[in-house]
Amino acid sequence: MTTRTTPSTGVEPEEGAADGRVPILRARRLVKTFGRVVGLDGVSLELYPGEVLAVIGDNGAGKSTLIKCLTGAEIPDEGQIWLEGEPVHFKRPQDARAAGIETVYQGLAVSPALDVAANLFLGREIRRKGVLGSVFRMVDQKGMRQRARDELSSLGISTLQDVTVPVENLSGGQRQAVAVARAAAFGSKVVVLDEPTAALGVRESNQVLELIMSLRDRGIPVILISHNMPHVFEVADRIHVQRLGKRAATITPQSHSMTDAVAIMTGASRG
Amino acid sequence: MTQHTTEPPTSALDLAEEFLDRTTPLSRIRNTLHRYPAISPAIVLVVAVIVFGLLNERFLNPANLSLITQQVAVVGTLAVAQTLIILTAGIDLSVGAVMVLSSMVIAQSTVQAGLPAVLGLAAGLAVGLAAGALNGALVTRLKLPPFIVTLGTLSIFLALTLLYSGGATVRGREMPELLTWTGATFPVFGVNLTVGVVMMLLLYVAVAFILQKTAWGRHVYAVGDDRESARLAGISVNRVLMSVYLAAGAIIALGAWIQIGRSNAASPNAGADLNLDSITAVVIGGTSLFGGRGMVWGTLLGALIVGVFRNGLALAGLDVLWQTFAVGVLIIIAVSVDQWIRKVRA
Repeated sequence: MTTRTTPSTGVEPEEGAADGRVPILRARRLVKTFGRVVGLDGVSLELYPGEVLAVIGDNGAGKSTLIKCLTGAEIPDEGQIWLEGEPVHFKRPQDARAAGIETVYQGLAVSPALDVAANLFLGREIRRKGVLGSVFRMVDQKGMRQRARDELSSLGISTLQDVTVPVENLSGGQRQAVAVARAAAFGSKVVVLDEPTAALGVRESNQVLELIMSLRDRGIPVILISHNMPHVFEVADRIHVQRLGKRAATITPQSHSMTDAVAIMTGASRG
Repeated sequence: MTQHTTEPPTSALDLAEEFLDRTTPLSRIRNTLHRYPAISPAIVLVVAVIVFGLLNERFLNPANLSLITQQVAVVGTLAVAQTLIILTAGIDLSVGAVMVLSSMVIAQSTVQAGLPAVLGLAAGLAVGLAAGALNGALVTRLKLPPFIVTLGTLSIFLALTLLYSGGATVRGREMPELLTWTGATFPVFGVNLTVGVVMMLLLYVAVAFILQKTAWGRHVYAVGDDRESARLAGISVNRVLMSVYLAAGAIIALGAWIQIGRSNAASPNAGADLNLDSITAVVIGGTSLFGGRGMVWGTLLGALIVGVFRNGLALAGLDVLWQTFAVGVLIIIAVSVDQWIRKVRA
């Protein structure tokens, strides 16, 4: 390996990247243990504005634990997380969401019987103006549907024309698009996608990958957890390789091949 | 992996449209029923009314129609509470027992303890809410299945009712007038309606509005549809479940008041059939026992269907056991139709 990569161990850079960019989300030396099992052993991660950062690693490498710590599902034992330069301490997933980190969990986390618009606004419904909203608690169905249409078209999701269709009538790729759109809409700062293509066929996966790229084009940084190397190399700007609870390397699709990435993942190469 | 040559020529982007276009007439019917679950009970009710009307001319008499609505008022009210709980993928076997306990507290606190009628009703409401809080706490805190929880509380409430009342019936004429007001009748287009029937109808309007137009209503559906997805969407599942059981308790207390007016008495032996009858109304009304699907209007239709069948078969001179037989057949048909409709998901 001749190309230079971020060192896997030793001193972490204290401030941004070499070119002076400031990370929007930054984690430093996260440690998480479960009894005697070490999930994370001092992991650092930087996510820069407008990039797709893929997180890859073998089973048990600490991918999930890392993501759970970043999204509030687990609380790290040690280490520090910054969002837009401010230190954050998430106790619950709702905290991370309130701070602007939206997560699309593995599987298709949508409510099948509700329609597309209702799913987009689930848990944050907009009420009617005036007495109808304040006293009678009526939701603004029309307004939410219109905003759902606007959000979908601004994300370039042309496949969901009718936001009144129940989600269960959609294909897997379309459902994932609804879940991703829900995460990306409403001014979120970071979108985390956990294995978004795992349950999907070839064409549907491509739809989701296009959607990820359109998120990046809108300036929304994305963390993509995936097992699927071709998908990672297709959309990622940088690739965080997790191994044995540590960051083994951070590489780019330009600097390394898929074979190199697998070699780092499995410990055959040190990156 | 998938071979491109085996895939249909249309683009995956149009899968939804493709899905709707490729359907046969039968599956188009299924899609419609899937979207509007109250259609099939509405058809059954209309057909039943026509058939029974042709079989016996007395069936469509205003007096007989009035009788059917009165017979439906109590179970129709309890079925609203049952609908809310079944929408969350739960079930409440204790609604009838709670109603009887509530009605005994209303009657005895006024007649024996001498409370004013309004406070007696408030005490009945408190019983309903407390029962709902108990069921809700057991479901949300101990994470017990609602079926088991309410099977247990059913026995508890039945026992409490008998212990509290000593098995004695309180007659309507001993009570303050307000308590039996729900049985008072007034004519509407020649049909005598009771105050209790009107209360039940208003309850349906209110709950239908809440379920369809408020965020809480959507959350009830979302929790019953897919609990984990609802949680991940940021909905506090336990709070929704708790509020559903409390609302059900309040509705059951209203049912107790209507029951006192309907039977002009408060009897500890009144509600034995009401637990299952309320579930029957919900199921025949097209609400799925698996949660997340159904409408409260369907439940009203379901309660009316049961009332119409029982009344119509009785007028046709059939043994009362055949009424029960018919209701059993209706339930099995309704659940079969629900299973068929749910295959749309696949």
